[in-house]
Amino acid sequence: MLTVENITKKFSGVTALENVCMNLHPGKVNAILGENGAGKSTLMKILSGVYADYEGSIFYNGAPVAFSNPKEAQEKGIAIIHQELNLIPYLTVTENIFLGREIINRWGFLNKTEMCRQTEMLLNKLRLYVDADTLVADLKVGQQQVVEIAKALLVKSEVIIMDEPTSAISEKEVEVLFDIIRELKAEGKTIVYISHKLDELFKIADRFVVLRDGRSIEAGEMKGMSHDALVQKMVGREIKIIRKKEEQREQTTPALAVENLCLKHAERKGENVLKNISFTVDKGEILGVFGLMGAGRTELLETLFGLHPKRSGGKICADGKEVQMTSPSDAIKAGLALVPEDRKRDGLVLGMDVRKNISLTTLRQMEKAGLLNQNKETALAKKYIRELQIKTSSDKQAAKNLSGGNQQKIVLAKWLATNPKVLLLDEPTRGIDVNAKNEIYKLILSLADAGLGIVVVSSELPEILAVSDRILVLTEGVLAAEIPVQQATEDSILKAAIPKTI
Amino acid sequence: MEAVINMEKQSAVKKYSRSLIKFQSLIALFLLCLAISLLSDKFLTATNAWNVMRQISVNVCISVGMTLVVLTAGIDLSVGSVLALCGAVTAGLLKNGIELPANNLFIGFTLLGAIVAGLLIGALLGVFNGWTITKFKVPPFVATLAMLTIARGLTMLWTGGYPISAFGENFASIGTGWLLGIPVPVWLSGIVVLIAVVLTKKTRLGRYIYAIGGNESAAKLSGINVNKIKIAVYTIAGALAAVGGIIVTSRLDSAQPNAGVTYELDAIAAVVIGGTSLSGGRGSILGTVLGAVIIGVLNNGLVLLNVSPFWQQVVKGAVILLAVIIDKANTKNE
Repeated sequence: MLTVENITKKFSGVTALENVCMNLHPGKVNAILGENGAGKSTLMKILSGVYADYEGSIFYNGAPVAFSNPKEAQEKGIAIIHQELNLIPYLTVTENIFLGREIINRWGFLNKTEMCRQTEMLLNKLRLYVDADTLVADLKVGQQQVVEIAKALLVKSEVIIMDEPTSAISEKEVEVLFDIIRELKAEGKTIVYISHKLDELFKIADRFVVLRDGRSIEAGEMKGMSHDALVQKMVGREIKIIRKKEEQREQTTPALAVENLCLKHAERKGENVLKNISFTVDKGEILGVFGLMGAGRTELLETLFGLHPKRSGGKICADGKEVQMTSPSDAIKAGLALVPEDRKRDGLVLGMDVRKNISLTTLRQMEKAGLLNQNKETALAKKYIRELQIKTSSDKQAAKNLSGGNQQKIVLAKWLATNPKVLLLDEPTRGIDVNAKNEIYKLILSLADAGLGIVVVSSELPEILAVSDRILVLTEGVLAAEIPVQQATEDSILKAAIPKTI
Repeated sequence: MEAVINMEKQSAVKKYSRSLIKFQSLIALFLLCLAISLLSDKFLTATNAWNVMRQISVNVCISVGMTLVVLTAGIDLSVGSVLALCGAVTAGLLKNGIELPANNLFIGFTLLGAIVAGLLIGALLGVFNGWTITKFKVPPFVATLAMLTIARGLTMLWTGGYPISAFGENFASIGTGWLLGIPVPVWLSGIVVLIAVVLTKKTRLGRYIYAIGGNESAAKLSGINVNKIKIAVYTIAGALAAVGGIIVTSRLDSAQPNAGVTYELDAIAAVVIGGTSLSGGRGSILGTVLGAVIIGVLNNGLVLLNVSPFWQQVVKGAVILLAVIIDKANTKNE
């Protein structure tokens, strides 16, 4: 039993948590709900000993506890599985699980047989049927997640905190994960489950705690709660987005026309990641692209954006003119913009401030007599901070200090600044909260209304169905289906996406 | 009301301590000067001050180039050897010109011609560094380590292993002359610093350098030609090493084949003490200049205080460590 009382945590003056109280019930899956920036991660970091300086108290099994580092928390039986997996790719499963807790034999050497034995036991229990000597790098993301859980189980954790455990795994893997969670629950472990995906929570969670703006708003049983009611508690108001259905668009030159696009595999000769893909995007149209992991979704956008010039073939026309995409700058010149899947890795210079991130794509226009003009830059940044309602203390705030949703808006801003004709969006709402998601959807719709051709790649079916006019389904690099949104259902899309051959 | 005042007070304290952090190298330098001046009466004299400035001017030039490279998350180990080669090339051309006996041809060089040739060689070697790093994806450490050896070898080949000396008044004035009461090398390094400050703070190239160091992948996706910028940066580093080489050669009135050995380490030290992150994206030219001044004053002080050269090295190493440790602690607090 873990109880949190009046926890307050401040970061250099900014209050991240204020008088948060909650009870975590053993043998239950406790969902922590909240928008980005609501304080979920901060609270979890306090529980798992990452942050040691906070006000308030934590009671564990009735006794007050204070962890000064993650190891202390682990020893008490509280383990956290972070959103970004903390595994070392070129060590084996066994080596990762026992990292820092190696078993030593009497000569002072590693007792590999014993460690392997225990690893295999854990893996069997978690139904991950891979060799204990497999390199973690060779595992799929879902399997890596299970290895993380095995790590937590090895130290006999009573409380297991999972931060967005399904953000990078397929639906099938999610089912396996849920089975594991149910078993852990049956053993009486306390599961703390953080996720943005409400549908998931309805499947797995028993209780919920809602955080909003650093405060605990409400807690209770999941049973009897509705989706909308939870969303409302999280955002404090109700929000709905519906794509205005298809008025007849004028037939004009398509914003983007792709013919026989191919992409060779980077390592395996003779194999293609993309095979003869042809499609068009009209001005003002939102084209949804769905595919399972490895279907070539991201690669499609990357190829269009000139990131794989040496491996790609086919014809790309932007606004009727054929263009050679040999580099991102060619693509930008042709009026394309790409909001990448992983904004921290590819979208932002995190250490730079908001202003410099926004102006990065249009720096040439910020010059006056060969020197950068700060007034121009500030004006540009302020314009987008206002228009996209980016929540930041100023345009000089470093991008890394903003929440996921606001970071995503910066990435959008820097691309809108280029005045694109075609917007390529790769998982535009990954890892951001419901409220920001809806803002992004609204933005996408209004951009389409303004005449941009938009391609949205997403692995979330509800998202695809909500924003698209037309849906393309990719299966193993092949364009498997093209479905107008009126005829599309989650089932029909999924059916098309699953490979026919095994 | 009280709370508001309290908060204001807090933020004022915070602001104060932040600016303290910003100026800590300056404060460290001040304390260093204070300590040395208490221990030696020769330290705080105009002659000594100009002497120190003249001595560090070469390191300042190289360190400025190094800063640009390090800001892109690279490193240039070849600057010491490039310095030697460029100094020797300028010296050789000035002294002997180029003789092609087969064609019965002799090309003489004016002072300016020889200097330009030296600078060009430096820039060219920089281009080569940038080319191997971007085209073949050789890690900068390895590529420039190779260039360190190659350029040193070329220096030996060019000089035959012997110094080239005695070039006359005009050339010597670059390293030893005065202009408006300020030593010429100080002018030169000052101009280099000024240009570099404007470049990093006020130009597209500068912004791209920071962006590439901060997140290369995001920079590439933003349409920045990352390879071009990297090549430019190594080219500038090479050319600035050449400037250093010409100053050194002129000051000694001699091009030594083993000139500039370990200069790359002094430059990296100045960059690091100046607070530039070796992982790129964070740092400044003025920080590096301060770093170079601290190293220069420290060297000078230790000499004035008759500390043995062996101990000098130990002290210098300790200072580098200390600077980085303090810097790490500060960035963690942010």
